[in-house]
Amino acid sequence: MIKVENLTKRYAGQAAIRDLNFEVGKGEVMGFLGPNGAGKTTTMRILAGFMPATSGRASIAGFDIFEQSLQARTRLGYMPENVPLYSDMRVTEYLEYRAALKGVPHRRIAERVGDVKELCGVKDVERKIIGALSKGYRQRVGLADALLHEPDLLILDEPTIGLDPNQIRQVRELIKNLGRQHTILLSTHILPEVEMTCSRVIIIHKGRIEACDTPENLLGQIRKSSRKSRLCAMSRRMSMGSGMSFPCASNPALTCVRKFFGWQQHGTGRCAN
Amino acid sequence: MRKFYTLLSREVRSYFYSPIAYIVLVFFLLVSGVDFYFQISFMNQRPVPYSVQEAFFNSVFFWFAFVLIFPLITMRLFAEEFKLGTIEPLMTAPVRDWQVVLSKFFGALVFYIILWVPTAFYFAIFQYTTGRPAAGSIGAYWGSYLMLLLVGMFYLSVGCFASVLTKNQIIAAIISFCAITLLFFLGLVQFILLDVSSATRDLLGYFSALEHMGTFSRGVIDTRPIVLYLSMTVVMLTLTHQAFQSRKWRL
Repeated sequence: MIKVENLTKRYAGQAAIRDLNFEVGKGEVMGFLGPNGAGKTTTMRILAGFMPATSGRASIAGFDIFEQSLQARTRLGYMPENVPLYSDMRVTEYLEYRAALKGVPHRRIAERVGDVKELCGVKDVERKIIGALSKGYRQRVGLADALLHEPDLLILDEPTIGLDPNQIRQVRELIKNLGRQHTILLSTHILPEVEMTCSRVIIIHKGRIEACDTPENLLGQIRKSSRKSRLCAMSRRMSMGSGMSFPCASNPALTCVRKFFGWQQHGTGRCAN
Repeated sequence: MRKFYTLLSREVRSYFYSPIAYIVLVFFLLVSGVDFYFQISFMNQRPVPYSVQEAFFNSVFFWFAFVLIFPLITMRLFAEEFKLGTIEPLMTAPVRDWQVVLSKFFGALVFYIILWVPTAFYFAIFQYTTGRPAAGSIGAYWGSYLMLLLVGMFYLSVGCFASVLTKNQIIAAIISFCAITLLFFLGLVQFILLDVSSATRDLLGYFSALEHMGTFSRGVIDTRPIVLYLSMTVVMLTLTHQAFQSRKWRL
């Protein structure tokens, strides 16, 4: 579904991402894990067709994202970081506008908008002005927007950032369900999120891919690798960034990783062993 | 084309979501209403060799309000989208850059036309109450409103260009206000500089919106200004399109 070859992006000479190579197959839920400033958002913006790369190629569903941008963009639903929305429109009105913009046939707009409202749980705020919505609802409206035209691929940039634990759980649940019909690429800097939702993980750090595997294999690798390895150092940074603790004591593998990654129950963020 | 209409209808509606539209409408109606009142009371005092409609479209009041409304209409077009980040969902939807640029321009143009509709009633009311036509001929109405449309298109495209350059609405407004004022006063240079040759004076006269309005509001439809304003609008919109695309390689 996604094919990325030697993708590089420089901002004023400084490389944000360097020679990224990866593929995401149909039906996969791919997690993009890395600390802040690792190049996750840059990669996603390039894949979503918002900005071109300095060099390299990327294609979505066989369409080159630079040369056949329009075809590629019709096949993906993108939810940007912080979910910018027109704050002066009402939820239904916004979704109808977006549906028309994304080329949903006129007679299907009402049906599609109804469906995504139901799916993302924004039915009870459908008549509200977006500017008056809470962060959690805005996030859901953004997700509903990404789903409107039934895209093959969903690109979600930090879909759970800024939500309360309850909302995080709901959004994760939603993403898990969506993963049954869609290919999803989602980014996060919180490790447990990837474990819970993704079938494969790419770990990116300072613009380079450090690892790419299933969450289980990665955990195995981490267990084997030395404490001073780069992965460990990075995960420490990530856990500090998240500043959260996660209740997953029931799973022995997770407990081990939590210990390794330094997530104590209260998230002190040290790489303890 | 459907996407263009979708974008256009949002642009037009978005004017009326914000208080700016109503403030501009009220301000403009007030100034043009006062202008109309003054022109009639002035004409009541002595015989003048021009019609009410000619006087209305050529007064200082009119031009003052005219130059001021463009920055207000156009400043938010692109700058607001850049500032709020809504440009990201917009440009990752399957729309082309020119569709976005044109929809913003025509959205502003529709609002601009809405702004002018009430002034047509002034002349109707004048005719109804006095029993005399406000203009010398039907062509004079057409001429002045055509001129309004043409100059409006040009100045709006200048405003679009100013707005695409920055994410700050105030900066966009200042750039477009300065540019439009300079363009407007270019036509007045011939009255200020006395030692210029007549050729230069003629040349500057071609750019004078004042002079164009003078001719058109008498009902004389000259094709030269039509070509000038239409081609300048196309140039400015092309520049806007280029500047809009430049965000892709600028970063």
